[in-house]
Amino acid sequence: MTLLDWLTPEDWQAVELSLRVSLWATLLSLPFGIAVAYALARTSFPGKQIVNGIVHLPLILPPVVTGYLLLLTFGQRGPVGGFLAHTFGLVLAFRWTGAALAAAIMAFPLMVRAIRLAIEAVDPRLEQAAGTLGASRWAVFFTITLPLILPGILTGAIMAFARAMGEFGATITFVSNIPGQTQTLPLAIYSLLQIPGSEGAALGLVAISVVIAMGALLLSELLSRIIAQKIAGT
Amino acid sequence: MSISVAIRHAFGGFTLDVAFQAEEGVTALFGRSGSGKTSVINVVAGLLGPQRGRVVVAGKVLLDTEQRICLPVHKRRIGYVFQEGRLFPHLSVRQNLAYGQRFAPRRATPETWGHVVSMLGIDTLLARRPSALSGGEKQRVSIGRALLSSPDMLLMDEPLAALDDARKTEILPFLNRLRDETKIPILYVSHSVAEVARIADSVVFLKDGKLVRTGRASDLLSDPDTAPALGLQEDAGAVLRGRILRHTDDGLSEIAFSGGTLILPARPEAIGSQIHIWIRARDVMLSLAPLGGVSALNILPATVLALRRGEGPGVMVQLQTGEARILSRITRRSAKNLGLKPGMQVYGVVKSVSVAKENVG
Repeated sequence: MTLLDWLTPEDWQAVELSLRVSLWATLLSLPFGIAVAYALARTSFPGKQIVNGIVHLPLILPPVVTGYLLLLTFGQRGPVGGFLAHTFGLVLAFRWTGAALAAAIMAFPLMVRAIRLAIEAVDPRLEQAAGTLGASRWAVFFTITLPLILPGILTGAIMAFARAMGEFGATITFVSNIPGQTQTLPLAIYSLLQIPGSEGAALGLVAISVVIAMGALLLSELLSRIIAQKIAGT
Repeated sequence: MSISVAIRHAFGGFTLDVAFQAEEGVTALFGRSGSGKTSVINVVAGLLGPQRGRVVVAGKVLLDTEQRICLPVHKRRIGYVFQEGRLFPHLSVRQNLAYGQRFAPRRATPETWGHVVSMLGIDTLLARRPSALSGGEKQRVSIGRALLSSPDMLLMDEPLAALDDARKTEILPFLNRLRDETKIPILYVSHSVAEVARIADSVVFLKDGKLVRTGRASDLLSDPDTAPALGLQEDAGAVLRGRILRHTDDGLSEIAFSGGTLILPARPEAIGSQIHIWIRARDVMLSLAPLGGVSALNILPATVLALRRGEGPGVMVQLQTGEARILSRITRRSAKNLGLKPGMQVYGVVKSVSVAKENVG
């Protein structure tokens, strides 16, 4: 009997849901992550420290608090949630979409940090040189800055993905623990541990978590190396 | 095509207050480090916004603080060759050059591309990455990239400063070709007299953010008054413009200039090429009679124009030979022994080998 035979279809559902939630959370927050990182690294505007603080808030607040704030804001009766539900028919509370939002918010600071570091490592004198050659600020960003920070973006995305895979507190508070709908991998493990005699199944999910996390890490290392080599042209 | 620049800008206890005009050809912004040279070209490029200023290039107002005009960097069409090249590391040499073309309003034709690439001798480097280039090669690619953006004007910020002497000698002929083959006005920042002498048509002298003097390079460098004021005691000298007459088979080249013929160690330039020759004041000896029995090959008849006593034991003597002016630095004692006075006929004696290769071009 292998480890995988312990897993029921519901367990697999949790794995699939977690991957879907984390993937969407990462992909949808990436453009915002790059924009915020660029603004923090390269521009100065009033209230920059406040923006910086808000971005980092999910990292320091108890996840339950973040989840509750999300519920207040994006719940069916919340100001934003109500608007989204009425206008677009998009319901976040107690749906997998809400789990993706919670994961994205919790992972955002890590993503921004990694990308910001990458932007700060780009020599601004190169961007200046591109300007003297006639490139507008947008053109400079897309032709010089963006290609040079690709490894940083990748690192940021993988870290965000891994963080999203592990999201627990904000998710359970915001979207609850509904099998097949919002029960992600960590929530499934937690639920199994509540039932006596399910330690085996829990262990199977734990093993899968480890494999996914390690896989993501190795993949990011590999891709970073390939991109760095492409940039250096060797 | 002319350039007019006026800047007033105070920052951190330093005031930049400069106004000058420049014509076609190479104008050197010359001065010691900290004199504000780079700030001036940064204002022209739009990388530095001065408190007050007006910059007009080829009839286009790039900056006028009174009329609140300040074109952004990318709309100025000013090529900038930076000290450190600043090639884009993620692009090949070919892509770096193409980047210059990409945003040009009038696309450089294939002929321009071919001309620039061959003029700078970078045809064999196109497939390489910047990390695989030597310092001199990087700088040549950087010049090509700026030229291919079809700029109205070229700024060069000490493009040779980061290179060793061998690389400098390698790149200077390319700069001379650039000067002679393109019609773009060039502002060239430098603190090296040898470079200025070889490259510049006119000079703008800066000191502590102020304009000291401006004028033709040959007039200014050979003026005994400016030399000490610029701290050029050791490096004072004069520029002669000449044309290569012939190359002899004993390893020399004869150069015709308005005061006669100059014999120098063999030059790589073709017969008929125009060149600048910088002769340092301390390499010119004076004699009252046309010397016989000396090894020096160049004995130039000249008239003493002026004598200037500097600090120390030296005297700077300005000589007229043909239409050219040269400087000779001798001791006060020699000047007294020879009884030198303005108007006297003398002979300037220059050893061929004392004119270093990198001082001609």
